[in-house]
Amino acid sequence: MTVSFDLLAMQMLTGIALGAIYALLAIGLSLIFGMLTVVNFAHGAFFMVGAMLGVYFFTLTGNFWFSLLLVPLITGGIGLVTERFLVRPLYGRGIDYPLLLTFGLSYIMIEAMRVVFGVEGIPSSTPDLLRGSVDLGFGGFPLYRLFLIVVTGAIILGLWLFLEKTRFGLIIRAGSRDPEIVKILGVDVAKVWLIVFGIGTAIAGLSGILASPTRSVNPEMGVAILAESFVVTVVGGMGSLMGAVVAGLLVGVVYSLTSLFAPALAELSIFVLMAVVLLFRPQGFFGKAGLMS
Amino acid sequence: MKELYIQLSRHRVLAVTAVLLLFPWVMPYEALAVNILIFGLFAVGYNLLFGYTGLLSFGHAAFFGIGSYFTGMSIVYLAMPWYLAIVVGVLASLVGGLLIGFLAIRTRGIYFAMVTLALGQIVYYAFYKADKWTGGENGLRGVKVAQIDIFGIQINFVDPITKYYVLLVFVVIALWFVSRVLASPFGAVIEAIRENEKRAAACGFDVMRTKLLAFVISAGICGLAGCLRALHLSIVPVDSLHYLQSGQVVMMSLLGGMGTFFGPFVGAGVLLYLEDVITTLTKHWMAIVGAIFVCFVLFFPKGIWGTILHRTERRLSITAHEELR
Amino acid sequence: MSKSPINTGRRSAIVAGAATAATVSVPSLFSIAKAQSGPIKIGFPVPLTGPFSAEAQDQVRAAELAIKEFNDTGGFNGRKAELLVRDDKLNPGEAATRTLELIEKDKADYIVGSLSAATQLSINTVTKERKVIFNSISQSDAINEVKDWSMYTFHEALNPHMTAGAVARYAFPKFGKKIVYLTADYAYGHEMVRGFQRAGKEFGAQTLEDIRHPLGAPDYSAFLPRIQALKPDILVLCNFGRDLVNSAKQVTDFGLKKNIKVITPVLLYTSRLAGGPEAFEGIVGGTSYYWGIESTVPAAKAFNDKFRAAYGGSVPSDYGALGYAGVRSVLTAVRNAKSTETNAVINAMRALKYNFYKGDQYYRRCDHQSVQSVIVIESKSKNMKDKYDVFSVVSIENPDEKRLRSCDELGHKA
Repeated sequence: MTVSFDLLAMQMLTGIALGAIYALLAIGLSLIFGMLTVVNFAHGAFFMVGAMLGVYFFTLTGNFWFSLLLVPLITGGIGLVTERFLVRPLYGRGIDYPLLLTFGLSYIMIEAMRVVFGVEGIPSSTPDLLRGSVDLGFGGFPLYRLFLIVVTGAIILGLWLFLEKTRFGLIIRAGSRDPEIVKILGVDVAKVWLIVFGIGTAIAGLSGILASPTRSVNPEMGVAILAESFVVTVVGGMGSLMGAVVAGLLVGVVYSLTSLFAPALAELSIFVLMAVVLLFRPQGFFGKAGLMS
Repeated sequence: MKELYIQLSRHRVLAVTAVLLLFPWVMPYEALAVNILIFGLFAVGYNLLFGYTGLLSFGHAAFFGIGSYFTGMSIVYLAMPWYLAIVVGVLASLVGGLLIGFLAIRTRGIYFAMVTLALGQIVYYAFYKADKWTGGENGLRGVKVAQIDIFGIQINFVDPITKYYVLLVFVVIALWFVSRVLASPFGAVIEAIRENEKRAAACGFDVMRTKLLAFVISAGICGLAGCLRALHLSIVPVDSLHYLQSGQVVMMSLLGGMGTFFGPFVGAGVLLYLEDVITTLTKHWMAIVGAIFVCFVLFFPKGIWGTILHRTERRLSITAHEELR
Repeated sequence: MSKSPINTGRRSAIVAGAATAATVSVPSLFSIAKAQSGPIKIGFPVPLTGPFSAEAQDQVRAAELAIKEFNDTGGFNGRKAELLVRDDKLNPGEAATRTLELIEKDKADYIVGSLSAATQLSINTVTKERKVIFNSISQSDAINEVKDWSMYTFHEALNPHMTAGAVARYAFPKFGKKIVYLTADYAYGHEMVRGFQRAGKEFGAQTLEDIRHPLGAPDYSAFLPRIQALKPDILVLCNFGRDLVNSAKQVTDFGLKKNIKVITPVLLYTSRLAGGPEAFEGIVGGTSYYWGIESTVPAAKAFNDKFRAAYGGSVPSDYGALGYAGVRSVLTAVRNAKSTETNAVINAMRALKYNFYKGDQYYRRCDHQSVQSVIVIESKSKNMKDKYDVFSVVSIENPDEKRLRSCDELGHKA
């Protein structure tokens, strides 16, 4: 198979679009872990709920932008309730318990979506404004995927500003570095944790609706992507925003390029990447140094 | 009453064996009993790592599957006798445990769960893709063991009751082994690591090596369960390796009671029986199982058996010195 | 601990050994002899939960129809038939367990069912061992091969070679010779490609490229530019279920349909509903049954009307029809054989010539594959009379044993 530069460039760009979704998911996971030391095993389920609700509201109202705003609010809300009533009682019991709980929760969420929307999944479509492709010189690249890359970039920038420039962001960064001190300083850590969990799940839902036009939307769509998000988070380093972004893009590109040269090995490739990183740098690229480095 | 309790916990292998001997007569059909036996063993092996050493692995289905596939492939491609095939399967899962454990043990705390999940997925995809050997999506078929010859006696393996008791022999041997491990100094060290890793290290124990050893032993037992499953079903389905299968054994361990000897069987029995029953009542068994699990995590973290033991011990006022779970 | 662990171990070993010896020397109390009176039980393991639950439920409905028909016309020797439906969760391990349960606990006489290649193979392994008739109602190539097959195995459904072949024979002469395949990288996908290529030889079809994608890949944008650059006449989407829905959608989004005809080996009614009219517009595929053939096939009209009457106006789907035929074949064979005994029923099924819902069918001797017609359909997005009218029938390929892989090819000695 002859590989031209054009083909390679297309593939890389596709990988970046894919990686954008991974990065968003990993950021959400990382935020929740960095702050609460909780591994949200239901993260894939929140992604799925975001996608399904997104398609539903888009079909209902015909307005993609409205759905884009509404969905993260809903998944964030579910996240708030989850943290307050299901996860909070488990603090102090051991780090494994919230993970186990969210695992059980994911079962419930998947089944709930099956009940509401049926087991087939719902057909998703690209908003009219973003249809078609753009000629980038090396081929026609779908407009929606460009939009995805741009929007994700904007969201990440917004998050970075939030964390760097606002007081709440400061608390989050401090809390992920040392929760004890933050408590002593008089901050209501419980409230902070509640909000951070909500933000994390809101981002998960947002990445779901953003991803919905590019893939099949069904109750099981979160299962595989959860494992992939874990890979990204391990490679990037838990608790690191920069790590989530870099690793997300890297994983997306690796998957995309492997699909080109050896499609049978595509899924394997990202896990092998993780194994390699583990061998040489177990804490990930940017791990262990708090949220913003 | 107290004496009985103490005697039972001293001879726990015997007590469990007695229960398991009578088990198939209590279950509505034999295949369910065999399943509970197999998954009970799987959970016992897993519990060694999770309940006793305190390491939450989400990739243990890999060893279950490796044991199944290697036993299956030995029979299908190499026409090995069934007992040798079991040995091959267990050896393969021990090697797998060593490789994966080596990579995973390097990570600390909660990373461990994610890493084991991802490493387990490597095994899953690898076996999926190697479809010339493993049958890929269709699973490995043709693991036929119709008749077993033991010392000249011909045993009809297809008959479900016979199958149960033959498999029971292996399970009892494995249980005896686990009991010995737990009762040994090594067993004490792994529990020490679970309680306070730093302190165990300060006391001079080689924590990394101990964890790895626990991981490998646990992998071997789970592998054995996998071997038995291959013989039972005559096929090896590929999702034996998926992380959802790992999740199932985690649920069994917690439901039954982590860190107890009999708990895993209780957990396996309850979960499988419940799934059986719930499936006849409603399509939405997944939500119900999930909800039950969430309730247990929140309110009964000791699990069914763990809670029973705890309450019994309190009522009989058994001191920490006398208890032996 | 006062007693040493060694004593405990030895004791339990002795106890276990004695128990085993005692049990094996006594003939099993749980013999699998089937009743000669009481209802005729047909076990029906299908994935009631999971991604294909819609198809599975249709299979159940149609199978119940066949049972009811049988009972309403007198049953057999005064015995009625009974359908024992079980959920296999689309999981081969679960399917095997359920089948064991059906045979051991429920004493099922025959097994009909399955909705995936993997589950039917695992059900077959169990029924083979227990010498119970199994009539499979979903696609598989492997089940006809000598490795998996047994004399108890029957295959009511189509196999990939038949469907791919029929679609190829319709599409290649009509749309062109330059073919590109977008194939799911697993056994089923490869089988489909082989089926197309084999049929395509007749027309001088040329494979420009066979592009493999990972199974379950959510994103096909990586492959589509390549396909465009190759400028084929026909693009074959060799994947199934969700993969098909995904790829159809993205192929449409990328605008590939402007210059390329898109075809697929198996076009399911439920996939079409999930993907929507636009994604599937113009796509041609094969199927074992589409209700729309009732305008030309009287048996189909009769079947559809029965189904409409029983189920409030809805029509049977492709898999539903297979559920009906699978059960009805077995029950008809029981009547023909005048016995429920397994070997007699097998012989009756081998001799069976039937026309239950779409035309003449019979089981080929060497591999018990039902030789039947294959329907080629094209998805439409305009002029749809009602919600069921989603396809137009473009061709019906008549049953022909020559279109199957030969007995030799499958490994059966004559």
